Amino acid sequence: MPDGSFSHPQERQFNPYTENGGTILAIAGADFSVVAGDTRQSEGYSIQTRYAPKVFRLTDRAVLAVNGFAADGNMFVKKVKQRLEWYRHAHAKDMPLRAIARLIQTMLYAQRFFPYYVYNILGGIEEDGTGAVYSFDPVGSYEREACRAAGAAQALVQPFLDNQIYFKNQQAPVGSSHPVHLPLQDVLSIVIDSFTSATERHIEVGDGLEIYVIVAKGRSPQGLESIRNVQELSTNPEGDRVFVIRRELKKD
Amino acid sequence: MNTLVQRFSTTGPAAEIRKAKEVLGEEDDVVDVMGFGNLASGVPKFSIPGVPDPSAFLKMHTDDFADPSCRIKIKHGTTTLAFRFKGGVIVAVDSRATAGSYIASGTVKKVIEINPYLLGTMAGGAADCQYWETYLGIQCRLHELRNRERISVAAASKYLSNLVYSYKGMGLSMGTMICGWDKTGPAVYYVDSDGTRLKGDVFSVGSGSTFAYGVLDQGYHWDLSDEEAQELGRRSIYAAGHRDAFSGNTINLYHVKEDGWKFIGNYDVSKMHYDGPDGRGGYGYDLRVEGKSSANPPSSA
Repeated sequence: MPDGSFSHPQERQFNPYTENGGTILAIAGADFSVVAGDTRQSEGYSIQTRYAPKVFRLTDRAVLAVNGFAADGNMFVKKVKQRLEWYRHAHAKDMPLRAIARLIQTMLYAQRFFPYYVYNILGGIEEDGTGAVYSFDPVGSYEREACRAAGAAQALVQPFLDNQIYFKNQQAPVGSSHPVHLPLQDVLSIVIDSFTSATERHIEVGDGLEIYVIVAKGRSPQGLESIRNVQELSTNPEGDRVFVIRRELKKD
Repeated sequence: MNTLVQRFSTTGPAAEIRKAKEVLGEEDDVVDVMGFGNLASGVPKFSIPGVPDPSAFLKMHTDDFADPSCRIKIKHGTTTLAFRFKGGVIVAVDSRATAGSYIASGTVKKVIEINPYLLGTMAGGAADCQYWETYLGIQCRLHELRNRERISVAAASKYLSNLVYSYKGMGLSMGTMICGWDKTGPAVYYVDSDGTRLKGDVFSVGSGSTFAYGVLDQGYHWDLSDEEAQELGRRSIYAAGHRDAFSGNTINLYHVKEDGWKFIGNYDVSKMHYDGPDGRGGYGYDLRVEGKSSANPPSSA
């Protein structure tokens, strides 16, 4: 360790990164998309705060979850929101989801030689009204998927999603087949179970849970309004709608 | 001449933009630090850490091979192949992405559709390949518009190799095959981030390439029928998926013909092992040794 003395050679390194824990996850349905993240922020074994949001509403049809180094993550979200505002001023409409995905790729890749230490998951509704999830690596490679978990408990949550969403290693009963898309209520149960379980087994996950639900234009919110602690964030109830559900997670 | 007139004119759109920029005191890089916005003229700008050796900085934080505990894990691990034969070009790849020993994804698209006549493959850094091959697609389209003619595979691949060569030593990592059909017929070029560019008939790239070559080389000849060639590509990637831990999940198969590329199919490696592509016997040797191996001895023993 560098100790300030001149008696022996000392090496110093520029280390601008840290890991702030937490986990995010997103699942796409037929005409909705769910993006969730816990709200704990930690460094090493210390909890810095029990409420630091990792999931952000970008537009009425796009929600971005960011995990990794919180400072980079917050800065990145700020810049994405700024670019989306510029787009709104130039084109008088919100940027389509697939365009936001490509925008995020180029913004991440612009930092190819000094990367943002962030894993992004973008969820929302495509122009054709289908639910979509896009996942990114720190330098911008991306892919559209049906579900994705990232962050500290990725290795705990992703296999559970593979089993429950993609029905991996499950045999369909004779004469029937697995559904392609699950209904919203089932997806919400899977999300909540994922986070309660990750909280049980991972020290960096817990405190609070924020679940964003994006429902396609003209589709019924499938009983969403009657759910406990739900809040609508959309600006136009006639278009795609965004809701957030807040839940508590264990705090130890 | 046109650009000269534009530069010194006081009317017209270019002049308006110039004036607006002067008023706003805006520097070019504020507007176009990122995005493909005005890439037509050149290459995007990248931010570089303010340290004496930026590439050592990048390596320290992203090279999970040298230091498995490094923070930023860039996706790696692959088997890709492409070969030329009388019926065109076969391109086959696996779909696994690994970050360290974790399988980050089993559904990666490692064939990048540059345009209807050009395919690129992805090995090495996923983002590097995805980004620069998309960028290559833009340049190929511009070539078409400027020259009223499709770009040759040779020219496209050289564009890419010159580009990555200009970043040599900065830490880019890509091993790609640019495949297509042009005036000269089917063509495959291997391009990597060291700046290597090779024309050839058969290539395989990635951690599982040795396994794929084993099958590919023994089954390859110029006069393969379309079905035989597709089967050879599929069987070669299966072999790599079976023996290389960093490859697997599914196989994506493409066939490039005179009228452009066609997606043939997506095949599960495990399914290939047990059932094969048509459900009539898998690639695994279990079938062939049934009742004859030590683990499954003949019933008389």
